[in-house]
Amino acid sequence: MSNPVINKINGIKVSPGIAIGRAYLLEKSNQQITGVMLIGPEQVEQEILKFENAVKDSIEEVEVIMSTLTTHTASHEILNVQIELLQDEQIKTDVWEMILSQHKNANDSVIEVIEASIIVLKNLENDYLSARAADIKDAGNRILKHLNNEKPSGAKMQGEDVIIIAEDITPSEVVTMDLSKVSGFATQVGGKTSHAAIVAKSRGIPAVVGCGTELAGIQTNDLIIVDGENGEIIVQPGPDVLNHYIEKKNDFLKKTTLLNDLKDAKAITTDGVEITLLANISNATDMEASFAFGSEGCGLLRTEVLFMNRTSFPNEEEQFEFYKEIALKAKGKPVIVRTLDIGGDKKLPYFDLPQEQNPFLGYRAIRICLRQKDIFKTQLAAILRASVFGDLKIMLPMISNILEIREAKMILQEVKTELAALQIKFNEDIQLGIMVEIPSAAVTADLLAKEIDFFSIGTNDLCQYTLAVDRLNEQVKHLYEPFNPGVLRLIQNVIEQGNKQNIHTGMCGELAGDPSAILLLLGMGLREFSMSAPAIPYVKNLINNTSIVKAREIHQHVMTLDSAETIIHYLRESNTQ
Amino acid sequence: MITKEYIITVPEGLHARPATNLIRLAKTFKSVTKLKKGDKVIKLNSMLNILSMGLKGGDAITIHIEGEDEQDAGEAINKFFNEELKHL
Repeated sequence: MSNPVINKINGIKVSPGIAIGRAYLLEKSNQQITGVMLIGPEQVEQEILKFENAVKDSIEEVEVIMSTLTTHTASHEILNVQIELLQDEQIKTDVWEMILSQHKNANDSVIEVIEASIIVLKNLENDYLSARAADIKDAGNRILKHLNNEKPSGAKMQGEDVIIIAEDITPSEVVTMDLSKVSGFATQVGGKTSHAAIVAKSRGIPAVVGCGTELAGIQTNDLIIVDGENGEIIVQPGPDVLNHYIEKKNDFLKKTTLLNDLKDAKAITTDGVEITLLANISNATDMEASFAFGSEGCGLLRTEVLFMNRTSFPNEEEQFEFYKEIALKAKGKPVIVRTLDIGGDKKLPYFDLPQEQNPFLGYRAIRICLRQKDIFKTQLAAILRASVFGDLKIMLPMISNILEIREAKMILQEVKTELAALQIKFNEDIQLGIMVEIPSAAVTADLLAKEIDFFSIGTNDLCQYTLAVDRLNEQVKHLYEPFNPGVLRLIQNVIEQGNKQNIHTGMCGELAGDPSAILLLLGMGLREFSMSAPAIPYVKNLINNTSIVKAREIHQHVMTLDSAETIIHYLRESNTQ
Repeated sequence: MITKEYIITVPEGLHARPATNLIRLAKTFKSVTKLKKGDKVIKLNSMLNILSMGLKGGDAITIHIEGEDEQDAGEAINKFFNEELKHL
């Protein structure tokens, strides 16, 4: 039957895509307070026994479900949590207390204790914990079902392309549902970490949660569209709307198979060499967003944002929180933290730097850090403290000779000793590397490699220092050209020396995300590229369609060419082949 | 009694899955194990109580263990927080 009153319902989109199908309403279990008061110790004892038996039967039931699952899956974990909740000491104590001293029966006590527990979790204002209310409710319902000897509901989903409509989806329902028939989910409550959201996302089923009570107006077999792109549910659409969404659904499928395959695919050449693609970021939000583009960590964290737009240097605690948040968001993936990179061109309002004739050749970055050690030590201490929360690495910018590295290492050791004396935990083996952006460092890569754990080639500054071009100067910026054979030879040397001495070599400059440069850099032996996150799928696509053998040929040919123009022309040609 | 401080180093905090493992671990010992964060103290025998602490990545907690096998329990729980948790 049509439902003209409701047509479009808004909710929270938790899993993208468009689903079109017939509504299937999940029954709510109908648990009601009886209001019965127990009389005498015998009845009390009996209710306690009933409760204990219901718990026992519930646990056995879950164990039976678990034994039918063949492999160890997410469902197993959900059910383990369920078992733990069924035998939860706190819930048990509270139910007993209610039966013993308030003389309520087992049914009413369970309902009240479960309700109270759910309220506690919802009040924590944490999406994850609010969503766990569904687990607790599920445990409660299971106990109640056994208390009241209810039979399990026998209704089965009919046909394909079912849209599940429910108040919320419990873990048990997720486990027992035939997901191959489900094409979409819409629930009244729930957030991004509800069971409905998690299962939908992991299976690529479009879902909208938190739609509110309007959803209750939907009837079984209503035609429903779940628009997981906009977070909308459309009820009983007319033919025009329906056609529009059928088209939208097909578009979505085409687009996602292309990009999604790429997002989760590894970057691997046709001859099987794996390449690491990282993101250049400035804060924790960038880190999180980069994963949607398929990044495998962060190859350059610019720490300048932390120092800009303020009136004084951030203290150790503020810096610690900043690095910690990023480390946590990175979820174990590497994060390369570049230490302070300010100077004449990137000034801080509260830090008085003298006017310089040549700020790019002046007092900046590591040069400031080694002179004004307190600034450097504060930053290192904060990074070290945050290093227990993830795989942080330290990268020194603007290194021009080996003494700077040795000096920085001594300061790092000092900070470590100080932290250890205070019994503060940190990663003692934190990796230390340098940004190769000054020609002398690129030329002496063989010497510098012995002192550090990794190189990261900063092509922007390397190019401008090698070519003596200020790329912000209108008069000369046409000379700024990373494909200049001189720049390429420096880059080649760093990669070669890094690989020869077995130290990790990456690139975090703009060249690393430039499609024309990817094959050439692969041919030179580069295996780690860090770029702005949206460039990752394109670079991955290039890598996945080439072989190292071909990349080496391209590299060898480029080294015979004598100008940036011919090199660029040749590289563009090779890319289109 | 053994008292030891830990920091939750996993980003998502002490979620239901690791909490299940922690409770099951604590239950294998006779000692009473408690978890404290700020002013709140709970026994490590209830999933509901652990969840209601709302433990997030980066939170500092204190574990108290008291009983005849507190040394063994302490070692096991130490291993849980320092090694096992990040693999769960």
